[in-house]
Amino acid sequence: MAYPHAHPREARVLSKHFGEKDAIPIDGWIERGGYKALDKALAASPDDITQIVKDSGLRGRGGAGFPTGLKWSFMPKDGGKPNYLACNADESEPGTFKDREIMRWTPHQLIEGCIISSYAIRAKHAYIYIRGEFVDVVRILNQAVVEAYERGYLGKNIKGSGYDLDLTVHLGAGAYIAGEETGLLNSLEGRRAEPRIKPPFPAQRGAFGMPTTVNNVETLAAVPHIVLNGADWYRQWGTSKSPGTKLFSCCGHLQRPGNYEVPLDFNLRDLVFDLCGGPPKGRQLLALIPGGSSVPIMTADEIDCDVSYEGIEAAGSMLGSGGLIAMDDSTCMVRAVRRMVEFYAHESCGQCTNCREGTSWLAKILRRIERGQGREEDLPLLLDIGANMAGKTICPLSDSAAVPVVSAIQKFGREFEAHIQDGRCTAVN
Amino acid sequence: MSESIHPAVCSAQPSQRADKNPDAPLFEGAYKERFDHILSRYPNKRAALLPVLNMAQELRGWLSPATITRVAELLELTPDYVRSVASFYTMFQLRPVGRHLIQVCIGIGCDLCGAEEVVEDLLEATGTRIGETSRDGKYTVVEVECLGACGFPTVVQVNDKVYENVKPEDVEGLMKELD
Repeated sequence: MAYPHAHPREARVLSKHFGEKDAIPIDGWIERGGYKALDKALAASPDDITQIVKDSGLRGRGGAGFPTGLKWSFMPKDGGKPNYLACNADESEPGTFKDREIMRWTPHQLIEGCIISSYAIRAKHAYIYIRGEFVDVVRILNQAVVEAYERGYLGKNIKGSGYDLDLTVHLGAGAYIAGEETGLLNSLEGRRAEPRIKPPFPAQRGAFGMPTTVNNVETLAAVPHIVLNGADWYRQWGTSKSPGTKLFSCCGHLQRPGNYEVPLDFNLRDLVFDLCGGPPKGRQLLALIPGGSSVPIMTADEIDCDVSYEGIEAAGSMLGSGGLIAMDDSTCMVRAVRRMVEFYAHESCGQCTNCREGTSWLAKILRRIERGQGREEDLPLLLDIGANMAGKTICPLSDSAAVPVVSAIQKFGREFEAHIQDGRCTAVN
Repeated sequence: MSESIHPAVCSAQPSQRADKNPDAPLFEGAYKERFDHILSRYPNKRAALLPVLNMAQELRGWLSPATITRVAELLELTPDYVRSVASFYTMFQLRPVGRHLIQVCIGIGCDLCGAEEVVEDLLEATGTRIGETSRDGKYTVVEVECLGACGFPTVVQVNDKVYENVKPEDVEGLMKELD
């Protein structure tokens, strides 16, 4: 249990072998039960596999939480056009670093998930789109892919089943928006990673105009466990609407930052204070972002909820990607929000006016408030811009930039006012 | 020259290395083989654009106008199209960078834990400003976000190597390692 801060209250399914160097090579992975689920899957029909995943209630772990089995069922079965699987390994949401750890410690877990999922959706080619910054991780993943080819888990007639699958690792080049599923598809096609208007959805027209399923790394890594052990086994964790376990990447002001895997009915407060140890000694928790920088900020007294999709939503935020960012009382909320907004301003692809202009305006106004040059009308102005950025663009990046600003002003308005009225920061030194 | 690489992973070779030659041929020997392998993985040539630009950058260190024109010829695209795509992605360098490209993450996770001081110390140690290459051509320091390792702040990436948990006091040792 050495992996940075393994905790007995975790439910380690995907992360069971994190920290074990021997689990990385294919032999070590097979010794740990790897590729058994693939044998089982290949003996069943693709529709049986989709049904198991549907029954398990697995929801997409990239942030949107769409039911995975249902997504797969949108793929055509007639074989008229080639179907593709695109694994979204472009993990870029600030605060999120779980997919990185899955690929770094258990690359074969992801590859097995890709093969089974490709089989279920009748794909003959799978692409893993991995962000360009993951230089160490991509070397590990590449080695694992080559091993899988050498052992006959990829290529022609996989393990004598008659099923053929090629898998290609495709490196991104530094664009947050390539993590949006249609931006990813454009990037994979050699274009600017500009999101597409939906419909058509990827299952109708995805990569290269062909039916495509885009699934997150953590989603695909859960598939072998579900196929091997069954839907009921997976439902022993979590709630009826949010079954299973989920990785939480925990960062910011915490005594034990890192990745923790917990059942989806786990208490958020316990995750922060018990597993992560809470803020450093002598500090108070000021705010928490539970699902990556694009979900609403929570105050410290709002976090006594369970971490399910519906539990966090009822508490006023979103589960998102599970990127948990803790801020203690030394944090300048204006600066923290400005930092997050500057990220979105840089990463806006520029297609939609509300996002391209709105993100830059938000950043500009927040910078002057932070410098003590804010104006009385700035807070209503920020809220007005935020309202004009939400729900009006091709993709959710615009909403993502507005959310931290609007939620921070609503919940931490006093700190913004102190900057504007008195030119001072309320952070405790 | 690079050794033979499995076709499945030719599109995912990290590109930013210290040893690069701005006039290296595009693409010969093992690199020609990689180029062909990349093409074999996609239904059309356009899809090979990111991997091929990445490989050109691995060889030459940055994407000069001549490099972009050559890549466009090879993939039957226009130079303007290739430039418009290359300029979209922050990891493609459209101007020369130092031998050591030092990228410091200033994303929210690192920012909360003191990334600003690490940036300041690196600028002082290299005698540069953000994005500027040192006179000896050795260093370029840039701010990036997010490097996706928020639990291990501050994250610094030098060429194709990642350093986690970098504190201001680690900067001196890091600089020695690069010399």
